[in-house]
Amino acid sequence: MHPAPSVILFSTLSGAGFGLLFFLGIGAPDVIGWVAFVFYVIAYMLAVGGLFSAFFHLKNKRNAWKAYREWRTSWLSREMWAAVAALLVMALYAALQVFAGLRVAPVGWLGAALSLLTVFTTSMIYAQLRAVPRWNQPATPATYIVAALAGGALLAGQVTPALWLLALLAATVCFHWWSGDCRLAHSGTTAETATRLNGRVTLWERPHTGDNYLTREMVFRIARKHVVKLRVIALTLMSVLPIAVLLIGGPHHIPAALAVLSHLIGVGVQRWLFFAEAEHVVGLYYGAHQRRDA
Amino acid sequence: MTALPPEPKVKLGLVIDLDTCVGCHACVIACKGWNTQGTNAPLSDQDPYGDASGTFLNRIHSFQVTPERPGGAAGLPQTVHFPKSCLHCDDAPCVTVCPTGASFKRAEDGIVLVNENDCMGCGLCAWACPYGAREVDEAAGIMKKCTLCVDRIHDETRPEEERQPACVRTCPAGARHFGDVADPDSAVSRLVAERGGVDLMPEQGTRPVNKYLPPRVKDTLQGADIAGEEDVLAPFLAPVTEEPGGFLGWLDRALDRL
Repeated sequence: MHPAPSVILFSTLSGAGFGLLFFLGIGAPDVIGWVAFVFYVIAYMLAVGGLFSAFFHLKNKRNAWKAYREWRTSWLSREMWAAVAALLVMALYAALQVFAGLRVAPVGWLGAALSLLTVFTTSMIYAQLRAVPRWNQPATPATYIVAALAGGALLAGQVTPALWLLALLAATVCFHWWSGDCRLAHSGTTAETATRLNGRVTLWERPHTGDNYLTREMVFRIARKHVVKLRVIALTLMSVLPIAVLLIGGPHHIPAALAVLSHLIGVGVQRWLFFAEAEHVVGLYYGAHQRRDA
Repeated sequence: MTALPPEPKVKLGLVIDLDTCVGCHACVIACKGWNTQGTNAPLSDQDPYGDASGTFLNRIHSFQVTPERPGGAAGLPQTVHFPKSCLHCDDAPCVTVCPTGASFKRAEDGIVLVNENDCMGCGLCAWACPYGAREVDEAAGIMKKCTLCVDRIHDETRPEEERQPACVRTCPAGARHFGDVADPDSAVSRLVAERGGVDLMPEQGTRPVNKYLPPRVKDTLQGADIAGEEDVLAPFLAPVTEEPGGFLGWLDRALDRL
């Protein structure tokens, strides 16, 4: 799949933003007044900034508001509802916390649950697609939720949970890579089932001499030879380096900022790979993902 | 509504004969022509006289098939031309993922359509389709797909023989057939039964309406055994460079050095 920068930016930033909102919602850290205000500004900038970046991915933006309609069947529509609900509930909770110094815990819990639900709905947009076997597995929502929680814990300054969650994130992402690598083979979809032709099938000629929307969007093949290196880079920046910085630097602002920066870049690389590595079965009609011996 | 309708009583669709198709692309041109000059917005091309990168609702792929003969020996490779457009699936994954309700499947005849006034161009339906039947029109910013020429087939002002999709009407080889696949007595259903018509990617669970008739077994010629090197000159024909340039080239080299 084509790794569109707007979508990678969206899922990285808004994931961390909703993760921070989750921790603020459960009262960790328990802050009021200006300190709370700064936390909420960071959380909303990340969450809303991410959503805004996804908006720019749309090709017909004036119909975007109609996405509220089909929540019964569409995960994208559910994501919109969950995001709006989470942001509104947390705004109420934040306003009471910042301006009245009040922590109304049940509102916070509801906001925290909605924030996690938003991340889950985002992940289900990918996980529901049978046509992209690498995404079509339970490890996809797990990766998104653990990444949001780890980023949220880091941003919320919860050092001990952050350490555990970063380690868990590394494990979850490794599992997603490992199981993802054989998902296409396990899906049973091959050039032979795509064409139902009897024998060994290879592409002889594409429909047109140029690229088209499908090949640009879904038959993306670049830097697969660098996959192992990029995975190591993602793992190091996303989990290993932040854990090391937190253990050495302790709960201070500068090490924490470094850890957050490294983590977000690492998650960005992981999300880039999430798209770049994903094989859409339509590629089989364009000569991609062929067996080595074919 | 993007919920799928109850099983339609009438399932209009295409039956494509891979034995007869000669790969002339007439259906591709007829489709592009009808859908560009008709009542809808045109199917745009960004560079019509340069690279063929525009929107098409019907494309012909060509495959080489090496049949496996009984006994394990491979037969001679054959060319199969493979027209592909929307299969108007019963369990259309492209419909249920649509957040705006622009995508829908008609209860009366099973045709899958896009309401262009509601589409926001998110592209999720194109991701959901395993067959690559949907393409965003880069000029209009909305999703386009085969309509089964819904503006021809139900048009009472046309003569009877014209009430067929443009691709079917134009096919000079008679490789495309249009009709009600749900009616076991229709001409297309009889053809499917007689020739062993199949669904594409049945394991994807989409239950396509369109069927493909596999090529007939033509001959039993065996390929000659080729021993040794394919060609003594082959090593000299290696590409001069496969390295990307620019920023990507730099990134490529930097990652290589790691």
